[in-house]
Amino acid sequence: MTLPYSHTPNGRVLWTFEGGVHLPDMKSLSNGTAIAQAEIPSRLVLPLQQHIGQPAEPLVKAGDRVLKGEKIARGAGIVSASLHAPTSGLIREIAHHRIPHASGLTAPCILLEPDGEGRWGELPPPMPEFAGLDPGKVIERIRWAGIVGMGGATFPSAVKLAPGPERAIHTLIINGAECEPYITCDDRLMRERADKIVKGIRILRHVLDVTGECLIGIEDNKPEAIVAMRQALDEEKLEATEVVVIPTLYPSGGEKQLIRILTGREVPSRGIPAHIGIVCHNVATAAAVADAVLEGRPLISRVVTLTGGGIAQPGNREVLLGTLASDLIAWQGGYLPGVDRLILGGPMMGQALGSDQVPITKGGNCLLVPGPGELPDPGPAIACIRCGRCADACPMQLLPQQMYWYARARDMDKVQEYNLFDCIECGCCSHVCPSRIPLVQYYRFAKTSIWGLEAERRKSERARQRHESRQQRLERQEQERKAKLRKKNEALQDKPAAEPAADPKKAAIEAALQRAKEKKAKLAQEGVAPQNTAQLTEAQQRQIREADQRRAEAAPHNETSE
Amino acid sequence: MLTAILASSLLALACGLLLGYSAIRFRVEGDPIVEKIDALLPQTQCGQCGYPGCKPYAEAIAKGEADINLCAPGGQVVMIALADLLGRDPTALDEVVEKVPSIAFIDENACIGCTLCLQACPVDAILGAAKHMHTVIAAECTGCELCLPPCPVDCIQMLPIAESPQRWAWPYPGKGHRLTGEAA
Repeated sequence: MTLPYSHTPNGRVLWTFEGGVHLPDMKSLSNGTAIAQAEIPSRLVLPLQQHIGQPAEPLVKAGDRVLKGEKIARGAGIVSASLHAPTSGLIREIAHHRIPHASGLTAPCILLEPDGEGRWGELPPPMPEFAGLDPGKVIERIRWAGIVGMGGATFPSAVKLAPGPERAIHTLIINGAECEPYITCDDRLMRERADKIVKGIRILRHVLDVTGECLIGIEDNKPEAIVAMRQALDEEKLEATEVVVIPTLYPSGGEKQLIRILTGREVPSRGIPAHIGIVCHNVATAAAVADAVLEGRPLISRVVTLTGGGIAQPGNREVLLGTLASDLIAWQGGYLPGVDRLILGGPMMGQALGSDQVPITKGGNCLLVPGPGELPDPGPAIACIRCGRCADACPMQLLPQQMYWYARARDMDKVQEYNLFDCIECGCCSHVCPSRIPLVQYYRFAKTSIWGLEAERRKSERARQRHESRQQRLERQEQERKAKLRKKNEALQDKPAAEPAADPKKAAIEAALQRAKEKKAKLAQEGVAPQNTAQLTEAQQRQIREADQRRAEAAPHNETSE
Repeated sequence: MLTAILASSLLALACGLLLGYSAIRFRVEGDPIVEKIDALLPQTQCGQCGYPGCKPYAEAIAKGEADINLCAPGGQVVMIALADLLGRDPTALDEVVEKVPSIAFIDENACIGCTLCLQACPVDAILGAAKHMHTVIAAECTGCELCLPPCPVDCIQMLPIAESPQRWAWPYPGKGHRLTGEAA
């Protein structure tokens, strides 16, 4: 039995993680040439969501002219990231466009038509004196720059850099392992821009207030990068920071695996490294942090590996975010004949793209175009023979076979009991499976189904609450209505006694009638009968007298009652 | 003899006190099974089961008055879950057609602002006022369709919920699927 650790030439202990697979690294295909400079394409497609968390909110509208580096969408909430114009130009529209996602679906994107000039807008001032500044100010700058984890996880870096005061960080780990075959963008970045990465590490150390050391993990298949990084460390004179060469074994670049190799510590199940006082950042993220803090430049481009036997000139290229895959492949000489696939990422964890009309986003590290016969179709899956090789290969010490049975049976409770959510989807289990079962697809299916069920549960819980509060409101309104009605009824019953006095108009009429009656009675006492017949003719006066007489005869009591 | 009687009486008293205390301390308000059933129901409050909302249906099931196969939006999944919870035999769904999840949409040009749909909505997901345009708060709509019949101008229609990358789920791996990242 081998020990769980070994020693590096300078006496450092290197741990091993369980499982993992040795793969042909295929890196020489693309790591021989320098990073090509960014070119400005005819159009850029910038998805509002290029990160984990809430989509950004656009700050521009169709027809706006923007300058390079201008913020065009701001992060919505804490876990979100801003977006900046990768070059100067005209905002064509904000519309749905196909995004690099396994679903092949569309999402809201800002469509920018570059003017080709690449004129910079106003940028915030550089912060060369960051060491004397409050870490919060530096984090604010990193948040402004829209930096996310550029190894592919795309988690907003500003959030990761503020683990909270109760979690002291003793170790900073910089991930330069780049364990996935074919991908060489971090390798080239370390070779060519090691000074920038080291400056970024200095900033990260300051922001996190790292009490212990900083370890830069690089796999031993990248000797030039190791030399370059060591040299840059010497030049920068960064203390307590060391390049650690680790054996090449997939997936040693996984965050939890790298922490295990370098420190021997395990990140708890469903936990994050900060829980054990460790923070891990990718080399490209460190370089982006240096750009943001020392030059005031937002994240508008990244290095992308363009590789595979199906591409004319494989290599690495600095790419403006939002550049379409089709443009990139054209700049690398185009497709070779017989190509039928395009993969975003590497052969193990990458996702097949249904179209090359999708943009490169912040987390897009590689476009892989396999040539004919490269990465052959493994053939149809056959029955599981329970050999257990998947369990041996699993770097997370899970039981892939058990999870497979339960995911296949759609038993979502059971599959979670086997810690499905600790699966990092590295693909080791599928790779070693002699029955060619697409195990990771089952886990992805189970994970997304469970998320869907949880979302449904949350929605129905909300609907229940809303329904209940509506019922309560209706009941309250009904009671209020009844109370009002009761009050009205009571008021009606009291009315006869109270109302005459209450109505001044009626009282006035009544008083006037009373006065008229009194006057009439007084006149009658004095023997004056009011007769307004003086100006009438004799004939008319006679008619009146006759009528009076008739009335008196017909109803003598009427007159008395008057 | 006396000791034995005394011991038994004391024991009985102690047990009685303990039971009495637990009855007060661990008192259960209402019937917990109703809550459990209610938690399984989809809370669309659509009334398709014949009861005025999910809770009344849950109460009816708990009393044994209603069958477990009446929930149309929940479909097979909810029926099986109820059967599991209550230890009843699964029963075939009663003339229930499973529909694509949809939400209501108000054609704002046709809406006359009569507020009838506002009164029909069981989750207050329609916003508007008399003689003012109404609109559906998409995130809150449960798709119960209760607003459709009261509308005097038929300006409400049910639209399937648009697929988005956030809602999308990986399909169940079928025959001939290739390994991760290697599918065409």
